[in-house]
Amino acid sequence: MTPLDPPKKLTRKDFVSDQEVRWCPGCGDYAIVAAIQRTLPTLGVRRENTVFISGIGCSSRFPYYMNTYGFHTIHGRAPALATGVKLANPELDVWVITGDGDGLSIGGNHFLHLLRRNVNLQIILFNNRIYGLTKGQYSPTSLIGKKTPSTPLGSIDSPVTPAAFALGSGARFVSRAIDIDAKNMTKVLTRAHEFQGTGLVEVFQNCPVFNDGAFTHFTERATATETQLHLEHGKPMIFGKARDHGLRLRPGSLEIEVVKIGENGITEGDLLVHDETNRAQAFLLAGLEPPHFPVALGVLYAAPAEPFEQSVLDQNRQAVTSRGQGDIDALLRRGHTWTVGED
Amino acid sequence: MDTFAASQSAERESLESVVIRFAGDSGDGMQLTGSQFTQSTALMGNDLATFPDFPAEIRAPAGTTFGVSGFQIHFASRDIMTPGDAPDVLVAMNPAALKVNLNDLKRGGMVVVNTGAFTAGNLKKAGYTVDPLEDGSLDPYRVLKLDISKLTLASVEEFELGTKEALRSKNMWTLGLMMWMFDRDRAETVAWLEKKFAKKPEIAKANIAALNAGHAYGETAEMPQGIGCYTVPKAELGHGTYRNITGNEATSWGLIAGAKLADLQLVLGSYPITPASTILHTLANLKEFGVVTFQAEDEIAAVCAAIGASYAGSLGITSTSGPGVALKGEAIGLAVATELPLVIVDVQRGGPSTGLPTKTEQSDLLQAVFGRNGDCPLAVLAAQTPGDCFYAAIEAVRLAVKYMTPVMLLTDGALANGAEPWKIPSLSDFEPFPPTFRTDPEGFHPFVRDPQTLARAWAKPGTPNLEHRIGGLEKHYDSGNISYDPDNHHKMTKTRAAKIAGIADDIAEQAIDQGDATGDLLVVGWGSTYGAISQAVSACRRDGLSVSHAHIRYLSPFPKNLGDLLRGFTKVLVPEMNNGQLVKVLRADFLVDAEGLNKIAGQPFKVAEIEAAIRSHLSPSDTQASE
Repeated sequence: MTPLDPPKKLTRKDFVSDQEVRWCPGCGDYAIVAAIQRTLPTLGVRRENTVFISGIGCSSRFPYYMNTYGFHTIHGRAPALATGVKLANPELDVWVITGDGDGLSIGGNHFLHLLRRNVNLQIILFNNRIYGLTKGQYSPTSLIGKKTPSTPLGSIDSPVTPAAFALGSGARFVSRAIDIDAKNMTKVLTRAHEFQGTGLVEVFQNCPVFNDGAFTHFTERATATETQLHLEHGKPMIFGKARDHGLRLRPGSLEIEVVKIGENGITEGDLLVHDETNRAQAFLLAGLEPPHFPVALGVLYAAPAEPFEQSVLDQNRQAVTSRGQGDIDALLRRGHTWTVGED
Repeated sequence: MDTFAASQSAERESLESVVIRFAGDSGDGMQLTGSQFTQSTALMGNDLATFPDFPAEIRAPAGTTFGVSGFQIHFASRDIMTPGDAPDVLVAMNPAALKVNLNDLKRGGMVVVNTGAFTAGNLKKAGYTVDPLEDGSLDPYRVLKLDISKLTLASVEEFELGTKEALRSKNMWTLGLMMWMFDRDRAETVAWLEKKFAKKPEIAKANIAALNAGHAYGETAEMPQGIGCYTVPKAELGHGTYRNITGNEATSWGLIAGAKLADLQLVLGSYPITPASTILHTLANLKEFGVVTFQAEDEIAAVCAAIGASYAGSLGITSTSGPGVALKGEAIGLAVATELPLVIVDVQRGGPSTGLPTKTEQSDLLQAVFGRNGDCPLAVLAAQTPGDCFYAAIEAVRLAVKYMTPVMLLTDGALANGAEPWKIPSLSDFEPFPPTFRTDPEGFHPFVRDPQTLARAWAKPGTPNLEHRIGGLEKHYDSGNISYDPDNHHKMTKTRAAKIAGIADDIAEQAIDQGDATGDLLVVGWGSTYGAISQAVSACRRDGLSVSHAHIRYLSPFPKNLGDLLRGFTKVLVPEMNNGQLVKVLRADFLVDAEGLNKIAGQPFKVAEIEAAIRSHLSPSDTQASE
């Protein structure tokens, strides 16, 4: 096959590597790898152009299980490495795999700068609110009071909300999914892939060994309709088993409140309509948490801008246009020179 | 150490060599003055070497000793290699500059002082209780006292600038005077001022007027006893076209040339750090060469982006100084483990920690060779003169690409900012070295090796049917898959070491730079000490001493013959601007009784310091003392 041939129709199996998966039984990571392997064939991508880049942690073993190019790098630095890959070859389709410890603790700095630069790639943040690979210490997304080997009396530092951090960093695509909800995960993965810029997907992922049930209060299928708000651009924010609850701005404030349609004269027309290009609204949605609110899922924010590496290449092209293609011999002789003898 | 004598004739006296140090406040423009004098001197055809020495503070409080900025130039009608041990001429723009630099001036040397800055306040700030212009402390020198401030104000009067603005031209007035004194041409400086102040023509004119006024002052004023005018004839340089070049320029251009010879796109990931930043600046301004520069969020991201670029099939490079190398250590280990090409430029400065950011040192050698977790070998080279940085950079690229390995290129602050006339090579003088990217899936795995070089295959993403995974975990020798097998780890560690050791087959044997291949004393240096050692050995050999000089470019691996060469001498002396690093490695690797000569002052060696050490090692009294 040459790069000019049309891609042959690929299936999930084409993206499965020959390496034995070594996550714990029941780990949410299995569902995520399966969702990505199922999604890739629908995106029309080529295996040889696809690169998975990870840091360190349970989730970062991910590239070994993909039959694509992959780079398992060092703790926290995958965003920086991926930026270099895109600068060298913007045509590559790059997926960064990270976790709450890798991406938000040791790699928090790179996470911030990747997002604000808007490098054209996808970054999947596996958030399980715990350190798995190092055996169960609390992470930057662990809730206050979390008892772990390093916090026997309970953790005392306030957790970070990844979506809010991302928005604050200048991210231009912020989305969320749940590990066991393959259908909706596929949707956001597809959207993130379409997005020209850094597409962040935070996946709430269960760690059955060190933090089992961290998200069951909103991921349980039985109560999901009450605890989850699936965002759709241009649609009112409605949830509930009977589709009779909604979100609106509390009159006279910049706060969201839950209202019941039909009560106190509330109609569907009073509800907030999701506008994924509205950054202020995305901030409000990122902060909603049970039990008072549903968790906002899907695409919270999507505001395209020119990807970083395109701007870099544009500057390089402009330099060639204005100065001509660089000539090294001319460069060495630029400025003052003098000749001794007959040169 | 004699300085030139006074000349009173109307004729210019011809001198073989002169060392001038310009010194003033960091806001006085001494670096510009020095570099303009240098440019003019280069065009006059003299050989030269410079040493800019400035404080870490951008604008230290005016008038203080710690805010003094200096620029030393050594120029001659013969071949020279160092910026000179001691100045013949000191230009002191204020009391602090005089206080800091006077001790270095040769006895009988000339001192030009701006008396306009010798106010009670400035004297106090410099720590003088008595005015040194009055108390006889300048008696051993030839002194030219001028109120340069006042003369400058008069020269730019017609431009009606404010006093503060007008006084900024006093460096140009001074430069004009020195150009008169040493017969330099002003045309280049005039052109430079017109270009620099193209948008402020009044400022350009004022500076040019000051420059011309300083020159005219020399021509017309009667100079005091002991002050004359001089000329330094052209040096006998080899045939060719020359330019003036600083080390960081040469490094930048060498990296571009290396990328071109490798037919690879250069991707530089860098983070600003003194004294390496100008490499980033230079390359960022050469985008028409297809160079991609990325100012990363930190040192770690800078090297990681470079590694990512190499993984994707470009040439990843990162430029930094010692503290940056410390931060990059883990990522460099990743490049060693994944066997990707990478060039790390370490422009060394005084350490540990933040140390002396603007001062030079050679104290990162052990960090370069050993400073990572695990058994983590890579190639290390050092450049020895500003112009040599060009060649060393090309060699670093060649080795990185051929051996699929990180290569550390060591330069230092003295090379980075120092300048010398440089015979310009042509790109066609170099043999291209493009890598072969793997495309054949037959028998492929990511760690399949070239049997000769042991380099692994470079299969870049985008290549069909070579999809593979690499990472920092140990991988199996025969498949590249993750492996925790004990014997495999032993084998992989040995293989990584053998690959780097094998580079010794691909590099020149260690040469004796000067002197016989055997003898009483071998002086072994590396890096920017080249000029000082060379001149010291040369002086001692003229006196009949049995001393030779070898200068090591390849510090890891060493040239194959180095051990035999060391053993050909009774004694080995290793001058280094550190507390003894190369000497430690030489002793460990070759079991030779090498001795160190260490200068850890943030300043280059003086020729005289090395000469004295050579003489003391070769004198009979020393032999007795050591027995």
